[in-house]
Amino acid sequence: MPLAIDGRNYRTMISGVDTQIGEVAGTGGAAAYRISPKVTDDGAPQGDLLEVSMGPHHPSTHGVFRMDVVLDGETVVKLKPVFGYLHRNHEKIGENTSYLGNMPYTDRLDYFCSMTNNWAYALTVEKLTGLQPPERAEYIRVIVAELTRLQNHTCLIGFLLQDMGALGTPLMYAFREREHIIDLFEALSGSRMMYNYMRFGGCRVDLPGGWVEEAKQVVANFPYFLDEFERLLNENEILIARTQGVGALKPELAINASVTGPMLRACGVNYDLRKVDKYGIYDRFDFRIPLGEHGDVYDRYMVRILEMRESLKILDQALRDIPEGPIIDVKYKVRNFKPKIGESYGRVEGPKGELGFYVISDGSTNAYRYRVRPPSFINLTILEDMCIGHTIADAVIILGSVDIVLGEVDR
Amino acid sequence: MLGKGLLKGLRETARNFVGSYSDPERLTTVQYPEERLALKENTRNFPFLVFDGNDSTKGLRCVACKICEKECPPQCIYIVLERDEKGKPQKHPRVFDIDISVCMSCQICVEVCPFDAIKMDQVYELSRSDRFDGLLMRKPDLAKSNDYYHTIHPTEASEVDGRLAAEKAKAEAAKAKLAPPAAAPAPKSPDPAATAAKAAAPNTPAPSTNAPPQPAPATATAVIPPPAANISPSPERKADL
Repeated sequence: MPLAIDGRNYRTMISGVDTQIGEVAGTGGAAAYRISPKVTDDGAPQGDLLEVSMGPHHPSTHGVFRMDVVLDGETVVKLKPVFGYLHRNHEKIGENTSYLGNMPYTDRLDYFCSMTNNWAYALTVEKLTGLQPPERAEYIRVIVAELTRLQNHTCLIGFLLQDMGALGTPLMYAFREREHIIDLFEALSGSRMMYNYMRFGGCRVDLPGGWVEEAKQVVANFPYFLDEFERLLNENEILIARTQGVGALKPELAINASVTGPMLRACGVNYDLRKVDKYGIYDRFDFRIPLGEHGDVYDRYMVRILEMRESLKILDQALRDIPEGPIIDVKYKVRNFKPKIGESYGRVEGPKGELGFYVISDGSTNAYRYRVRPPSFINLTILEDMCIGHTIADAVIILGSVDIVLGEVDR
Repeated sequence: MLGKGLLKGLRETARNFVGSYSDPERLTTVQYPEERLALKENTRNFPFLVFDGNDSTKGLRCVACKICEKECPPQCIYIVLERDEKGKPQKHPRVFDIDISVCMSCQICVEVCPFDAIKMDQVYELSRSDRFDGLLMRKPDLAKSNDYYHTIHPTEASEVDGRLAAEKAKAEAAKAKLAPPAAAPAPKSPDPAATAAKAAAPNTPAPSTNAPPQPAPATATAVIPPPAANISPSPERKADL
């Protein structure tokens, strides 16, 4: 049942209704649902619209996130994302702790991808101070970042399928694989999720003995899991019926809304910071950027699967070539770390998109201004455009395919 | 054919289902309270204080310099310096509390400590019936012996021991060298932050530019040379540089 949905037509059709809802929605969203009369363009009554407050504790909203949805029957005619339930003042905290002291807080932004968060922040401060990570540290960073990408994408697909009603199986398979990667990270950094691993100009500790071999083992086994996952899902008729043609995003709109990451690449836009910025040592590896062409949920799913295969290629090369040597710049100071006055913006291609940090230094031990550019938050801004015209059940899948983590959205 | 993909997927689940019975490697569940997985060597949970020897108060490596208290991102450490009757500061803490309900296990205290006095523990069964005092670890709860540190982080602990021994030897040598012209050298600053940058040249008495936070006894032995500013300067690393 792939639906060729033209978003513009739907929106013209309901444009007369929007004002109607605007008038009704004056009670501040106190009620869980509200029924308002639906009128056609010429003012004739035509059934009812249902306004539902979905979340913040709805199981499909990936945390504490709320969607104020206006429904015509089952079809979404208006959707307002409401967030901030997990706001914890991350940016102000970052301005009030030392540069190093903020590193563990970046773990807690997107708790699935602490390593890439660490890397983005370290990169920003490195730009500010001119610290240069040694060769081995650069390799370690690439390895852990790509492992992070693997575990984030597997889990995202598991959650997406769970949103679709495939309770358990894909998610459990995904978590089984994630466990191997998390074990590697635990052996490396000491923690299973909050790694606090990267430092300005390198990494905190060296790889423990035998780690590279274990990592090679995990990387070698991963394609079997991916094959299994693909056999399980790729041709599944229910998955295809639920995802193909759903939540299609036009490349122009995606670019205008600064969407990044797999969401953008699923629309067919060739933009990956690993290729564009070539930060770290990504220019040394041979890998390709998978692109979709429809921008629907299925393409986002497939782009992520293919991206994992490319990550495995990078990991193979990095684990093969990793040199011996120091892991941190000699000029790095643990105590009394004061970058010179200036500002910098560092960004990495996180699993969810472009993760950037902006730091202004006034020469003291704390940042004067500290700002995060979170990929999940910015990818979420076009949720309404993707959902309008689809059913409420599809809105859940579309939200799942955006890949948000509320720790990062709300900060 | 409609349903082919579904059947393909079902075959996969069936294979996994049977596999979990036939292959012992796939039985990944551990019956937790009875069975436990071995912890990784690097696993960290909450900080503890290391003491040398047998006396958990006298042997404490902590000198109450309060660097960790200052650097702790969630501010969960509280330290009061011990003073004798005349108000002269003793080089150990009278109070050392860590509120582990606030602690976020980031181990920044471990990194910034110039005396290798605070390290990360691996205990995880810490549920308490009292969420205020029960989760406030006081000095006796926190003090754990160096042997314990060796059992939980063997590699790291021997590295630290080697480093401390080398520093001690260096300090002894410097003391022996400085002993004949007793009046000449000015006492080094006890502020580890100030001396950390100058640790590269330990034989030259470093005149303190920062005011020391605590008045120091004017003996050379009181100065414990801080490690280099890096976190884990292993011997190989130094050789590489």
